[in-house]
This record gives sequence, C-alpha cells and structure tokens, in this order.
Amino acid sequence: MTATAAPPVAGTVTEPPVHKASLRKRLVPYWLLLPGILWLLVFFVLPMVYQASTSVQTGSLEEGFKVTWHFQTYWDALTEYYPQFLRSLLYAGTATVLCLLLGYPLAYLIAFKAGRWRNLLLVLVIAPFFTSFLIRTLAWKTILADGGPVVEVLNALHVLDVTSWLGMTEGERVLATPLAVVCGLTYNFLPFMILPLYTSLERIDTRLHEAAGDLYARPSTTFRKVTFPLSMPGVVSGTLLTFIPASGDYVNAELLGSTDTRMIGNVIQSQYLRILDYPTAAALSFILMAIVLIMVTIYIRRAGTEDLV
Amino acid sequence: MRWLRRNLVVIFGLGTLAYMILPNVVVTVFSFNNPAGRFNYAWQEFSLDAWKDPCGVADLCGSLSLSLQIAVWATIGATVLGTAIAFALVRYRFRARGAVNSLIFLPMAMPEIVMAASLLALFLNMGIQLGFWTILIAHVMFCLSFVVAAVKARVLSMDPRLEEAARDLYAGPVQTFARVTLPIAAPGIAAGALLSFALSFDDFIITNFNSGNTVTFPMFVWGSAQRGTPVQINVIGTAMFVIAVLVVLVGQTVGNRRKNAQPK
Repeated sequence: MTATAAPPVAGTVTEPPVHKASLRKRLVPYWLLLPGILWLLVFFVLPMVYQASTSVQTGSLEEGFKVTWHFQTYWDALTEYYPQFLRSLLYAGTATVLCLLLGYPLAYLIAFKAGRWRNLLLVLVIAPFFTSFLIRTLAWKTILADGGPVVEVLNALHVLDVTSWLGMTEGERVLATPLAVVCGLTYNFLPFMILPLYTSLERIDTRLHEAAGDLYARPSTTFRKVTFPLSMPGVVSGTLLTFIPASGDYVNAELLGSTDTRMIGNVIQSQYLRILDYPTAAALSFILMAIVLIMVTIYIRRAGTEDLV
Repeated sequence: MRWLRRNLVVIFGLGTLAYMILPNVVVTVFSFNNPAGRFNYAWQEFSLDAWKDPCGVADLCGSLSLSLQIAVWATIGATVLGTAIAFALVRYRFRARGAVNSLIFLPMAMPEIVMAASLLALFLNMGIQLGFWTILIAHVMFCLSFVVAAVKARVLSMDPRLEEAARDLYAGPVQTFARVTLPIAAPGIAAGALLSFALSFDDFIITNFNSGNTVTFPMFVWGSAQRGTPVQINVIGTAMFVIAVLVVLVGQTVGNRRKNAQPK
C-alpha cells in the first residue's frame, strides 16, 4: 500500500492538520475495519448465504443434498410447525412482559432509592451470571418440584387454579408445564431487562421529580408523565434484549418443559442435530429470523428510538 | 398502610431480587447434598464429598479448562477486532458507515439459534471438522458486536479536545494514541472484554451446534441433565459465583480508594 500512497501534501501553516490527510491516512479507517468486518462477513453473512442455499436443497443424507430451488420446504415447514412458532412468540412475549413488570421496580429501586446500597444491589443483579445459566436453570427443577414448598404455597393461594384456567398449568404440577418454561425464560433474561432500564433511569435528573411535585403532581402522575417517558429508551432496548433471545431459546423448554411445550428452537435444534433434515431446519430458522426482524423493526419504528447500539 | 404504599417499590424490587438470587441459593445448598439417585434434584443428606473432590467426575474439569481456554482466546480476538472497528467508526468519516453499523448491529438483533444454525450450514458445506476451532470462530463472531458497542460508547463520550491538546503539545499520532486515547478508552475496552469472556464462557446454543464431539463446560452440564447431574457441577457453579463476587467487591474497594485518594 505504501507504493500507492501519495506524498504528504505540504499544507500551509494556517490549514488545520486534518486537511493534510494523505492517501495513507485516508486508508487508516479501512485498515482498522478490515479484520473485524472480514470476520463478520465470512462467519456471519456467508453462513446466511449457505443457509439460504441449504433451505432450497433436496436430497438425503446418504445421497447428498442438491440445490433444486425447492421453495415448498418453507410452506411445508410453516404448516407443520406453526404451533411451535406461535408458542415461541407467546412464551417469549409473556416472559418479556413479566420481565418488564418484575424488572422495573428493581431498576427503579436501584436508581433512586438504594443510596449507599446501590453498588451492592447492582452486583447482586449481575452476580448470578457467573454461575453457568444451565446450572441455574436446573435449579428451577428443584424449586418447582412436585409437592415442593413453592408448588404447595401456590396451590394454597389458589394461584394454580388461575393458571390452569389460563392453560398455563395442569393439576397440581408446575414442572413440565408452560408456566415453568415462562418462569425459566423470565428468570434467565431478567438481567438483560434490568440493566438497560437502570441505565436510562439513572440518567434522569431527580430535580425533575421535585419540579413535578412542586407543580402539585401526585407521585403516580409524576411517574406516568415524567419518569416513565424518560425511561423509554431503556424499556425499548430491555424488551428487545429479552424478546429476541427468548424467541429462539430451547434450553428452558427442554429442561423445564415437556413435549407439549416445545418451542421453535427445539424443533430447529433437533432437525439440525438429531433428525439431520438440513433443508427443513434451514427454512425454519430463516422463517424465525424473518419474523423476529419484522417484529423488531415495527416495534422500533413505533417506539421511535433509532439508536440502540 | 401509608408506609406500605410509600415502600411498595422497595418491596417489589426486593421481591424481584429474591427471584433472581433464589436459584443461586439452591445451587449452593445442593452442592452439599448427597443425592440418592443419579440426579441432584431432591435433598437427601448433608455431605462434603463433592467439595473434597471437585474433579471426581470424568471429563468435568477437562471441559471446564477447555471452556476457560476458549473464553480467553475468544476474548482476546473479539477485543482486538472490536476495538479497532469502534475506533474507526467513531474517529473517522468513511463511505459505507451505515452498512458497517448495521453489520455490527445484526448479530445482536438475531436469535442466537439462527446464527448457530447458519454457521453449522457453512461448516457442513465446506466440510470443516467441528471442534475447538469452530467453537472459537463462532465465539469471536458473536462477542465482536458487544465489544464494538462497549468501546464505542466510551470513545463517543470522550472529549476530542484532549487529543487535540496532546497534538498541540507536539505529541505524535502514536504517542497521542498510547498516552491519551488508549487510557481514556480503557474502561470501555475492559467492559467489552469482560462481557466477551462471560458470554463465551457461558455460551451454550452456538456451541451446541458447532462443537461436534468437543465438550465445553456448558455442554457437559447439558449432557448431565440427560444422564444424571453430579453434585460437582453445583460445587463449580458455587465456586465461580463466590470468586466472581469477591473479584467485583475487591475491584470496587480498590476503585473507591483511588477515587477517595484523588483531590476533588
């Protein structure tokens, strides 16, 4: 590259140094970008291309797969597995709403009420991360065990009657029901909700609360008109960080659920790794990607925040 | 009643915190269990056996050290590549900025399973043997975006006049970068690196698709959920939790001391 680099332009003294950019200097950002972008192109974009090609192939494992532009696979996959798609969106959506409802008070507490306990509480929110999430998810098997204290209490409070009326549980069981899967999803993605919420709440100038109070706003009005609107960026990125991974998750459904709670992730995983029907698996994951991207785009447009990164 | 209303947020917040901490408590308590069957889900009796012999289960510590190795290399790779991209994005104007930004954002906006499956499609089509290298490649790929986001945030918030001042004082570009830019960006880089390490070490879905017969620690736990969960898993989970909390607390104490030592 040095051979093609133009000699440095001898600028006048009054000219700021930025304008003296030689070709070599102008190439600096590209050199900085090159390795990382190349990595993403080869191991993120190219795989998508391969998967697109796989999804329109036909054949078998023994004879090999060939591209035959067989788009029927998409239709077949969608008609066969639409219950799992709907279930994934339902579970992920419910878990996201629960994360918001559970996470908001804690983020609010840490941002405004914790005082000198703030750092300790933040550590406690992040700390569970350090125990492998699979181990922690397995712990829910113990917590929600049949006849265990949690199930007994929920039963005594008639919570299980309500959830079984909603179709979330069956009888006096929690484990291996949709409730257990949603509970696991909510648990696993709560930190991803709380941290963005906390970041946006913490930025709010508390004098705005005082001003609202001075103008005779009741605390609930202050929250509705001042605090919550200002925390919207956190709400948007928190819900995205929860919903996107939850929609493709298969760990919770596998460990805490039953065959009736299989999500689309479980189907893709078993098609790819056990049944080895690659075209169907590829088509399914493309459909999932399309659904998630469309939903996320609409959601971001509606919420009106463009900068998330 | 008034007290209750005033402290409603505190009560709900602490309730959520309890919900988040409860599984860790269970993991810790059950690391002292002596289970009756193959599965460590029901309490039997107190025992220190697993703590005395944490590597007593075949392949467990091997998988742990493999996960640590992958996490270290993935962190190094993602941090170097990601930091370079972040600097290019913040400090330079160039064509295709928008495209680069979307390319960085997309891996974070996609369910992990989609990336996992498509990478497997690539490796299968290319006939690449699944194992250590394919796991490492995948981990660097998905950690990269998080490093870029973390470093970008930090560099964006830094005052460009500091660098101008350094240049006005006759520091060369290399010196300016090494003595001014890098130290200011360091917390962002550190945050990105820590996040990469945690993401890589605990990654399951992408590893599950692209590991072949190689068993990382999360893969070991996953397998044991089917075959029988040894108590040693809980021992390691508990130990990691305690070590991490200690590291954070010590780090904070040191940080606070430094802050207090500085004149205000």
